[in-house]
Amino acid sequence: MTDACTHPQTPLLHVEHLTMRFGGLVAADDVSFKAQDRKITAIIGPNGAGKTTLFNCLTGFYAPTSGRLELNHPTRGECLLERMEGHRIARDAGVARTFQNIRLFARMTVLENLIVAQHNRLMRASGFSFLGLLGFKRYVDAETQAVELARYWLDRIGLTERADWEAGNLPYGDQRRLEVARAMCTEPVLLCLDEPAAGLNPRESADLNRLLTFIRDEHSIGLLLIEHDMSVVMGISDHIVVLDYGRKIADGTPRAVRNDPAVIRAYLGDENDEENDNAMPPKVTADPKGGDV
Amino acid sequence: MEYFVQQLINGLTLGAVYGLIAIGYTMVYGIIGMINFAHGEIFMIGAFHALIIALGLGITTGTWIPVALVAALVGTMLLTPIYGWALERVAYRPLRGSPRLATLITAIGMSIYLPNQVQLLQGARIKTLPPVLQGGFEIMEGGGFVVTLSYLQILIMVLTVTLMVAFTLIIEKTALGRAQRACEQDRTMAALSGINVDRTIALTFVMGATLASVAGMIFLLRYGVIDFFIGFLVGIKAFTAAVLGGIGSLPGAMLGGFLIGLIEAFWSGYFTVEYKDVAAFSILVLVLIFRPTGLLGKPDIEKV
Amino acid sequence: MTPRPALDVPAILKEAGLTALVMLGLTVGLVGFRIPDGIGASALETRFGAVAMACGLAFAGRIALILLREKRPRRVLFASTAYAVVVALAQAAPVLFSPAATERWITLRPFDSAVVNGMTVVLAAAFALRAAWMEWRHRRFPGIKERDKAMDAMGARVQRATHFFGPALLLVAVILPFLPMVDRRLLDIAVLVVTYIMLGWGLNIVVGLAGLLDLGYVAFYAVGAYSFALLAINFDLGFWICLPLAGMLAATAGILLGFPVLRLRGDYLAIVTLGFGEIIRIILLNWYQFTGGPDGISGIPKPTFFGLEFKRSASDGGETFHQFFDLTYSPVDKIVFIYYVILGLALITNSFSLRIRKLPVGRAWEALREDEIACRSLGINATNTKLTAFAIGAMFGGIAGSFFATRQGFISPESFTFIESAVILAIVVLGGFGSQIGVVIAAILLIGLPEIFRELQDFRMLTFGGAMVLIMVWRPAGLLAHRTPSIRLSDRGGEP
Repeated sequence: MTDACTHPQTPLLHVEHLTMRFGGLVAADDVSFKAQDRKITAIIGPNGAGKTTLFNCLTGFYAPTSGRLELNHPTRGECLLERMEGHRIARDAGVARTFQNIRLFARMTVLENLIVAQHNRLMRASGFSFLGLLGFKRYVDAETQAVELARYWLDRIGLTERADWEAGNLPYGDQRRLEVARAMCTEPVLLCLDEPAAGLNPRESADLNRLLTFIRDEHSIGLLLIEHDMSVVMGISDHIVVLDYGRKIADGTPRAVRNDPAVIRAYLGDENDEENDNAMPPKVTADPKGGDV
Repeated sequence: MEYFVQQLINGLTLGAVYGLIAIGYTMVYGIIGMINFAHGEIFMIGAFHALIIALGLGITTGTWIPVALVAALVGTMLLTPIYGWALERVAYRPLRGSPRLATLITAIGMSIYLPNQVQLLQGARIKTLPPVLQGGFEIMEGGGFVVTLSYLQILIMVLTVTLMVAFTLIIEKTALGRAQRACEQDRTMAALSGINVDRTIALTFVMGATLASVAGMIFLLRYGVIDFFIGFLVGIKAFTAAVLGGIGSLPGAMLGGFLIGLIEAFWSGYFTVEYKDVAAFSILVLVLIFRPTGLLGKPDIEKV
Repeated sequence: MTPRPALDVPAILKEAGLTALVMLGLTVGLVGFRIPDGIGASALETRFGAVAMACGLAFAGRIALILLREKRPRRVLFASTAYAVVVALAQAAPVLFSPAATERWITLRPFDSAVVNGMTVVLAAAFALRAAWMEWRHRRFPGIKERDKAMDAMGARVQRATHFFGPALLLVAVILPFLPMVDRRLLDIAVLVVTYIMLGWGLNIVVGLAGLLDLGYVAFYAVGAYSFALLAINFDLGFWICLPLAGMLAATAGILLGFPVLRLRGDYLAIVTLGFGEIIRIILLNWYQFTGGPDGISGIPKPTFFGLEFKRSASDGGETFHQFFDLTYSPVDKIVFIYYVILGLALITNSFSLRIRKLPVGRAWEALREDEIACRSLGINATNTKLTAFAIGAMFGGIAGSFFATRQGFISPESFTFIESAVILAIVVLGGFGSQIGVVIAAILLIGLPEIFRELQDFRMLTFGGAMVLIMVWRPAGLLAHRTPSIRLSDRGGEP
């Protein structure tokens, strides 16, 4: 919901020469790419290609061995993510994320999950709890506002009816969308989604696609997406980055990437390397989940 | 110099006690990822069992002392592990898969329950064992200070090293050890490969308790005085040893045990006796804050 | 009904025999022999009767369990009811029967200790209840999932009932000193119970809401008590100034101790807090010039009612409470006043916890308890948020500590051992994490009952430990744990 428009030449996120080592293992090796505002950038690659590592570096869970992660916040200017603590990346740089294995607050209600996401704004409104404790109107208003924002997203993901359910009791697909909504409640400028379609059935997957394109078009933020489900990747992304063994092997539009020989090799293996079972070619026809958009 | 050597010897014997108990902490932590908070109490029960058997045989008479010692050792090594087994069966097994906090609370509950049970059964007053193994070698002398290495200390070191070697061999070479290592890696997969996970975990507790019972016996021989409350402090120090060495690592536990023993001996030898427990606790706090993996532990990468 | 397969008697006997054998191993040493106290050991006392009895009961109990498992409750019902009735009668014989008959009844007591016999009776009654349930409801006792659901529903009911029941309880608490059967001793116990309720509520913020297992809570209690004593004695400050100061000092201690350790994982945090608790106690014990060492500090001033003292005659020409209000002097006045002070403090703690749960920081605590990583990804500063919980918990602990100091008039490190932390934790666990009313019930049960029935005193810690284990095994969330959402979208809301 940011009005400020960035110049096309300064990308929202600029990853330069990111390297992450765990002991002898190089999980990300000199990766560089850009992600734009109002665009969905997908990061794909076989298992172990370093996609989640990249996310963890971006969102402050790992400190990268070297490299530069520059985020151009439309109002707050340039932020260097590699130098920020995890919680400040979400709070000050406006980068929100979801997790591969859903991390909701399972025993809190759906609504509470969305309210907790607005923690920092509410904290300020409650005068770091002191005013809130005394029941000041300023905090009561802020809370009403927070509920309104939560209700907006609940309507979006169709969970208004179940707002007072414990999040852990929701069906899997709803949990996925709730996690996206929760991340959006932090009002980010860049939303990082780690395999949001994993384990979803085709219908849920299609719902998710609509939600993501809605976020891109109506909220004008950038989306970064790790995904194995090629129906999602090919259906909604504007730009694709392909990783393999921690290196970037391709970068371009879905059509260009699909026909890139290096990408095909990474997924199918060399012609003389027939034992690669994990292969999953970036073709809609090869999608194991049978998703169709 | 002589004083230093004496403290070194004392520290190593003390460290043997901590090391033997620390192995129990570390093995249990390795296999089910929980701190068996009540492990120190198993040590205390081991000491009581040893004392009961020793007094029951009336060991004060000369030539029979070795026999009585062996009997007490074997007896406590047989009886005490039953407590280890029962502890796992009653307090931990029903909670497998529950939140960590719940298991930790049952562990604390047990560590309150057991000493109080012993207190009710045996009384709160101290229990003593008349000194049995006296004498030793005078290995050094200087400035009127005689450094002695008592027979008891030799016995303790021999016993400790033998047990440590034996247990390392069990874990490295036997099917049980393999099963334990498999459960450590992945319990579900181990179960699917035909390993009886429950039994393996129970046996881990039994092994830990066996070592703790020997530590109890050593403590009894060394100090001659026990009460129902010794498990708490010794237990925490042994846990500190396990953490210092790197929890989950067997050689780490032994190393940590000896280090804590030495630190305590030198601290009370050169600084103040009153604050020797503070030294142990401070090491625990510092290690956990600055190097939670300990000296020999594997780094623990946060999974997101 | 389908015909049931016949019981495999040899297998049952084998299983029960093994149980008895384990019991033998557990009891033969520690129960079978009693080591004489002190130096110059004489012969061991033996108690083989008790060992045999324990093994026999273990054998029988195991058979009862197997029969229940095989859905044959009737014999279990009869046998366990018979056992419970006979032992209960044998125990109560001196009250019920003539001396001659009593003599015969007493031989039926399985153990010497009345409390142990009582425990076996309770156990037998539990068996009987289970069997009766199965016999008449024709189904098994609820499994762990159903049980959890049922317990949660009960927790919810209790919490709803608290809306009506709470004010009534409060009313009783307020008029308690004037009830006819309340004497000085009972009032003293009430003061003690309310102190523990306050401590429980304080710790509940840390453990129940924020999910941080603090095993060194007593350290803050100690900091509060010593701060109060030292401030009141050395600077001659009044009760009402020292109290908040002591609270603040305890909170500061909480921040100082918490800062380095709060990033640690749950179980490590528990051990480190325990370590800190012990370090503080050892320092109090050895820093002789400052704390008086093991002798402690005595002569701590008593609380005053706006400067009015509760004494027979005022010191330094001041006025006393009874003189000012023109009452006849009664030593009970002071205890009544003390009772109201702690009741007020406890109520403040309670309304504070209830309010803060609905504030962002309270919600963040609960979110942190659920998933710290997710919290970080939402921009919540985990360390600061935990630190707040730690500091606030410490503050209430410190205030309770000051109250303790002023009530006793004397403090020494002995009052601040790990056991004390464990007792407070037991209250929170027993009541159910996060349940305010649960803490009240647990404090009355755990503190009040042993104080009233002195025979239970020896068994107090044993029961604490045992209860902690049983409750966690029975329901890991805590007995009365039930979470009400801090905010609702709809009024009706909730799950089907």
